[in-house]
Order: sequence, then C-alpha cells, then structure tokens
Amino acid sequence: MSNHLIAVTVNGEYEQVEVPSQMTLLQMLRDKLALTGTKNGCNAGECGSCTVLLDGEPVNSCMVLAVECQGASIVTVEGLAQDGVLDPVQQTILEHGGVQCGFCTPGILISARALLDRNPNPSEDDIHESLVGNLCRCTGYLRIVDAVKDAASRQAEVAA
Amino acid sequence: MATPTLTKKVPHPVGDSVPRVDAYEKVIGAAQFADDLQFGPGLLYARIKRSHLPHALIKKIDASKALALPGVKAVVTGKDFSGFLGLYLQDRNIFCRDRVRYVGDPVAGVAAISEQIAEQALDLIEVEYEPLPGVFDPEYGASPEAPLLHPDLGKYEVANFIFPEPGTNIANHFRIRKGDIEAAWSQCAAIVERTYRIPHVQHVPIEPHVATAQVDDQGKVTLWGSSQSPFAQRYLIAKALGMSQSDVRVIAPFVGGGFGSKAGVSMEALAVAIATKTRGRPVKLRLTREEEFYTAFVRQGVVTHFKMGCDQDGNLLAMENRFYWDGGAYTEYGVNMTRASGYSSSGPYDVPNVKTDSYCVYTNHPVGGPMRGFGMPEMHVGLEQCIDELAHAIEMDPVQFRKINCVQGGDTLVTGMTMHPTGLSECLAKTAEAIGWGRKDPPSAPNKRRGKGIALMWKAPAMPPNAGSSAKVAMNEDGTVTVSVGGQEIGQGSFTVAAQLAAGALGVPIESVRVIKRLDTDSSPYEWQTVASRLTWSMGNAVVAAAQDARQQILEVVAKAWDENPDDLDIIEGKVISYKTEESISLKNIAIYGIPMPGDQGWVGGPILGRGNFMPTYVTGLDPETGQGPRAVVHYTTGAQAVEVEVDMDTGKVEIIRGAAAFDVGKAINPDMVKAQIEGGFVQGLSTALFEGMQLKEGVLQNPSFVDYRIATSTDVPRDIKAIIVEVGQDDGPWGARGVGEHSMVPTIPAVANAIYDAIGIRVGAPPYSSEKVYLAMLDAGLVE
Repeated sequence: MSNHLIAVTVNGEYEQVEVPSQMTLLQMLRDKLALTGTKNGCNAGECGSCTVLLDGEPVNSCMVLAVECQGASIVTVEGLAQDGVLDPVQQTILEHGGVQCGFCTPGILISARALLDRNPNPSEDDIHESLVGNLCRCTGYLRIVDAVKDAASRQAEVAA
Repeated sequence: MATPTLTKKVPHPVGDSVPRVDAYEKVIGAAQFADDLQFGPGLLYARIKRSHLPHALIKKIDASKALALPGVKAVVTGKDFSGFLGLYLQDRNIFCRDRVRYVGDPVAGVAAISEQIAEQALDLIEVEYEPLPGVFDPEYGASPEAPLLHPDLGKYEVANFIFPEPGTNIANHFRIRKGDIEAAWSQCAAIVERTYRIPHVQHVPIEPHVATAQVDDQGKVTLWGSSQSPFAQRYLIAKALGMSQSDVRVIAPFVGGGFGSKAGVSMEALAVAIATKTRGRPVKLRLTREEEFYTAFVRQGVVTHFKMGCDQDGNLLAMENRFYWDGGAYTEYGVNMTRASGYSSSGPYDVPNVKTDSYCVYTNHPVGGPMRGFGMPEMHVGLEQCIDELAHAIEMDPVQFRKINCVQGGDTLVTGMTMHPTGLSECLAKTAEAIGWGRKDPPSAPNKRRGKGIALMWKAPAMPPNAGSSAKVAMNEDGTVTVSVGGQEIGQGSFTVAAQLAAGALGVPIESVRVIKRLDTDSSPYEWQTVASRLTWSMGNAVVAAAQDARQQILEVVAKAWDENPDDLDIIEGKVISYKTEESISLKNIAIYGIPMPGDQGWVGGPILGRGNFMPTYVTGLDPETGQGPRAVVHYTTGAQAVEVEVDMDTGKVEIIRGAAAFDVGKAINPDMVKAQIEGGFVQGLSTALFEGMQLKEGVLQNPSFVDYRIATSTDVPRDIKAIIVEVGQDDGPWGARGVGEHSMVPTIPAVANAIYDAIGIRVGAPPYSSEKVYLAMLDAGLVE
C-alpha cells in the first residue's frame, strides 16, 4: 500500500492531500478533508448519496479513486451556496418540502445542479430521468421534481 | 396528564405549514449524522464474524490467529457476554454463545486500526459448527414436526402481555374470540376464504446503521448511533451488560431514514461489547449495504389465512383469521406485531363475530423488526382484497360495501373496546371522489388496460400501555425559547412539530423557538421510543404541558410585579400583555432576570424552565383466551387510499397512473408536512407493491444489493398523488392531533391489487406485482397467449 500526494480544487479551494492507492474520492472528502456532507449509502455506486461534481460531471464518488483526481476540480454539497446565498436548487427544495431525513439530499442537489448546468430548461421527464440514480426512501420524489422545475424557471428569470 | 387542548382555540403557528426547522442545515451539508461525527486518530474500526449457516451448534471458536494479526486490538465472542437482549421477550445474546440461528448471526467481533485489517482478521477466526435442520416457513415452524430453535423459551424473561409456548417455536400466540363465529357462517350469503404469503422486505434507510462506542476506565459506556430509540437502547444494553442505566449514555444525531429499522437494539450492542475490550479507545461499527439487507431488522414475512362472510345486504357478519408471522431467529418486536395484528384483525370494520389466532414463530430467517405500519401493511394486503371479493360476490360496489361496514365512533371493536369518533367514512368518500370512482378512463394505448382500486386501513400505536414522554421548555435572555425532547427527528418532522406546539402553547412566534437537535440520554428528557407514529400525539402533549408550565410561571411573575391577577394576563407574539391595563412587556430579559418590584423593593422571578410529561394511563390488559378487555389501545388512525393503474398486456408491467389518499389525523399541526408523509408513504407502499421482496432460499438472501433488490426511483412514481387531510379530533391529542407517519403506506398494496383486478379481472394475491408475476397470471387465466 503506497501513498500519493495529490493536488485538487475542492469547492474552489486548492488542497494537497496524501491518499493511499485504494482510497476513494468519497473517503478522501469525508476522512481527509472533513467534508461530511457527501454521504456513504452503499459504497457500490447504486444509491447516489455520494454524488459530487468532478470537473463538472456528476459522479458517484465511492466509485472514483482519489488518485485519479490529481488536478481535478470537485464540487460537493458544501460548495453549492456562494457567500451564504443558497443555490436555486437548495432554495427551492427547502420551499417545496423536498427534504425529510436529509441523507439523500446532498446527492440529489448535486445531480439537480448537474442537470441544470447541462440543460437549463428541462422537461418534467428530463428531471425524473436525471434523478433515477439518486435513491430517496422518504419523500416519494414529487416535491424534489417540483423543486428542480422551479429552480430552472428562477434561473431563467435571473438570466433574462 | 396534559391539559386537554382540544376544545381550546388553535393558536398560531399550530395548524400552519411552517418550514421545517431542520431543513436548512440539511441542504447545505452541515447536518450531522452518526457517521459524520469525528473521533480522532484513536478510533478503532469493528467488523463482525457472522454465521454462514442458518442453524447450527457452535462446537469451537479459535480466534488466536486473528488476535495475532498486527493492528488487531480486540476479538470478542459470545463467551464474554452472557446477558440477554429483547424488548418484549429476552431471547437474544449479544454474540451467539452455543448456537447460530440465521445466516448473519454474529459469532465474533474484531476491533482493529483499520476496517481492512478488521476484515482480514475475520477470515482468521476459525469456527467449527455442527449444522442443524432449519425452519424456513412459519406455518411449518409452528407445527410439532419442526426442529426446536429456542429450547430455553420457557426460561426467557417476558412482558406480561406476551404469551410464548415453551417446547414449540411459538414465541407468542394472541387470540381473539368475539361473538359466535360458528353460528354466524350459516347466516352468510357469501363467504370468501383466501391465503396470502407476504414476503420479507427491507426498510432500506439510505443511511446504513452505524454505532460508535467508548467505555471509560470506570466502565461507563457512551454510544453514538443512528437511533430511533436512545432511551430504549440505554435500557436494554445496560441490562444485557449487567450495568445501571445511568452508566450508559446514548447520543443520537440526525437519523438518515429509520422506518423502524433503527428502533430497539439491532447492531448497537455489538459495538458496545467490543468497546469493553479496547481500553478506552472508541470503536466504530458501520454496516455495509449488504449487511444492512439481512443482519439489521427486516419486515418479517407472514402467511395470512382469511375467511370472511356477509349477508345479502352486504353486512359483514364473521371473520376467521390465522396469521403465522415469520419472526425470524429472535423476536425483538415480532411478538408485539403478532399482538397488534391480533387486536386489529378485523381491519377497520364493524364485525360482530371474529375469531383470530395470530402466532409469532421462530424461523431461521433474519430478525423481524418493526417497519412503518408494524404489521398492518402485511395484514391489510389480504384483508382488503377479501373485502373487495365479498363485495363483488354479492354484486355490490366495493366503495358502497366499505361504506356500509367501515368502523364508526361507538362501535364495539374486536377487543370489546368502544371506538372513538373517527372520520373513516369521510376518508373513503373523499378518496373515491378524488380518484373518480365509477368512471372508466380509456387506456393510453390499445395493448393496455386500466383499472381503479381502493382500500381502507386502520392502525393503533403498538406499544406498552405506559409508554411515556417528557419535554423541557427553557427561556433565554433574548426572549427565545429552547425546547428539549427525547423523540427523534427521522425525517417525519418531529422537531418542527415540537417547535410549533411550544410556540403555540407559550405564545411566541415560531422564529423564537429552538429545538435541541441532538438527543443525549444524559440531558434530553425521557422518551420511550420514536416509533408507532406516537410522537406528535404523546411527545406533543409533553411539549404542550412544558410550554404551558413555562407560560404559567411567566404570568405569575408579571402578575406579581404589576400587582395583577395572572388570569388577566396573556402572552401574545412574545409579549406579556394585560387585558386590564393594556400594559405590555417583552419576554426578553424578564424570563431570565426577573422583574424589579416598584420602588426598588427587590425583584420577582428567576430563570423560567417549564417541564411537562405525558403517559397514557387508561390502557387495560386483555384476556389471554379471548383478547377481550375495556381498552386495548390508545386510539386508531384511519384512512383510505385509491389508485388508478394501467396494465401492459404485452409485458405484464403495472404502471400507477395516479393515486389519492385521505387520513384522519385528528388535527394537522403542519398540513404541508402531513401531506409530505402521505405522499412519501404512498411511494414506499407502491415500491413494496410492485418491486420489493427478499428472496430467501434455505435462509440465504439471494438479492442483498440495490441492483437485485429494487426500490422505487424517481421514474416509477405517478405524477399525480392527491393527499387529503381529514380532521376528527382526538380527545387527548394536542389540539386533537394523532399520528399519520406509518399509516400512509398501509393500504397501498391492496389498493394496487384491487386496481389490477379491475383492469384485467385477475386476483394477483400477494406482492410484489412484478411484470413477470402479472404476465404469468394472465397466461394462466388465458388472457394472453
């Protein structure tokens, strides 16, 4: 087992982290950088709780080795709000009551952000499809979908 | 007992859809769950050596090689711990001592400096077994031919309302004998008799179980865990280790989904037991998702036999039910689920003659725990399909049949208890209207058929008769209020409800209320458990009592300072006002520092701390032979659910087009959160109706992953779920409130099954109603070729 020193940008901050070869990105975020907002629900890439943005793309961070992230830019749930102002998806999920236990919420917010980044005007079907990899056992999803729809229209208003 | 609030005016923010008090920290990633707590570099990691056999005697355990592995700090086995666990029936050691009873049963525990080393150590522990024949069917398990799983059943400590039958595998036998069942059959114009085998399902909280334990040099235990039951865990773990309750401290941050799986003690005692051997170093045990599927609690399987009959006018006359609950290897909750399904075995109907035998049977399956609905979803699967069949048998509309028979206030229930006022008829009518009952919509494609189905439900909180709650309401210098409760926030919104009730009862705005969001048995007030949908009602009463206590103290202080009568004073929006003099004073400062008396003549008051508690005192015992007694339960929440489905004739795929549901919650403290529970429960119910089932083969789970055990995703849900609130007040609930968290998934499976029948004319029986199952049923019926 050997260690590697890697440089990454996490939520806009430059970091140097020493990581063992087999360490996952999820472990690095939680155990090395104390960014515990990203959750471990299955450690097998099936539940979506650990979703983060890796160079802008949503990934299950439990399925990515930390050493692969040398030079990469990572955004976690802690990085969504800017200067205390919530991301539209955070604001609308609050307002639509799309949070219950909150364990899947970080992964859902990241998936929603990724969707709106690549498709600012998604249809309802697009939203349902984009969240298929994020399991939620509490809400029944509908309020989350409504929240993402609302976030999209608010973003469009700001842009207009 | 709390002051009854039902007849009083409802003060804001009670009844308002205020935002959740825990949501902001959850959306910014700051909310801490048990796995997020930091323990520093001294932390050790635990893994568990588990039985790979469903039933065997342990002949020998050799852990010497594991102990010699560098980095291993402790290995423990059953010989180190002789105490028993069990909420109602103490039938389980922390680690197995002489035999294993299910695949996954803990045999040894390892603590090491990393999870990898702990995992390696497991392979070095040598266990010699003598395999025994197993029990994999509860009905067989209850028969005299079955091998005996608990030869010591007669010696276990047991609650006085649980009736084990030593010398058998029957851990509890609950009976109902009401009326004259034999005479009733001859009066019936139609009789339906059916059997349903309901599979085990998993709770699937997205957060797996995690517990970290530390034992100090005095032997005192601290346990940090994802827990619905910190106080019950303190009680049970202390008892199993021969300790005093106050020497065990349980700290419980936010729970990432519970649904019952994190109630009682499942894996937490393992972490504590290992930590007794690590000389002060904390030990973390985190279940893998695979372990989560079969070593944490499961919703037990059950075989239900129903026979029911009615007269030509549709009046239900008789029901004869036998339930064989697959309790699994041990029965933390199974024995009480058996009891609950017995005392509710008529379903929400007025039936004069009822005979029920409900058995909890030991099997070599995973341990049955409580899951959202506590036996009611499983029981209602068959019951509500039989009701539909009876209606069709006498050519009556199923909604009309239910309207005639559904339970009303004043009815004598199966236990002899008199039903309290209930809005079930209203729930039925509103649900039927919302789904467009009686109207047949055309399918979306020629190869599809549409149908509608409806089901009713009821459920009472299942708990000991004297399950209690308490709460504290403390004032702060700035006029804000800090509320402490012992009930947990598991996503259902209990902290928000506590804040609303405190604000309303005290007279302050919701923004002035803080709820302490981490439970700690050393400082939080006692709460029995966060189960049974009992918090809004029971904990709510305690919060109201504590807030009223604080309010009274404040009014007396101000009355003394102003030389007035407290009855002429009120607290509104955080200010004490006098109706007599129209004077007013803010709570800021006075609730801590008191008020100076006029003329510099000293001070009156002091820091205000309100306390309140609640415990039902009126629940009675039931006769062991007949199940009869004056008051079996505290109350029933009732409701109805309807769905419209579309069945694809080419594939058998069932799609839920839309749903509607109404529940009588007594009083919705937060209507939007009630609706969120109704929607979320609907989808969890839909998931168990269409997809879920643990495939157990000779005790081995075949599908312990999200790939092979599918739960509903965002693409499986109907776009239209109408959640309807009905409010017929509960006499001893806060402003009339009673629980709804679990109820929302109780009627879903039979509503779907009845809709499938309406669509294709086939009774599909027990879930899950997978494409394969439905297609094969259509083949059998000659509906497709």
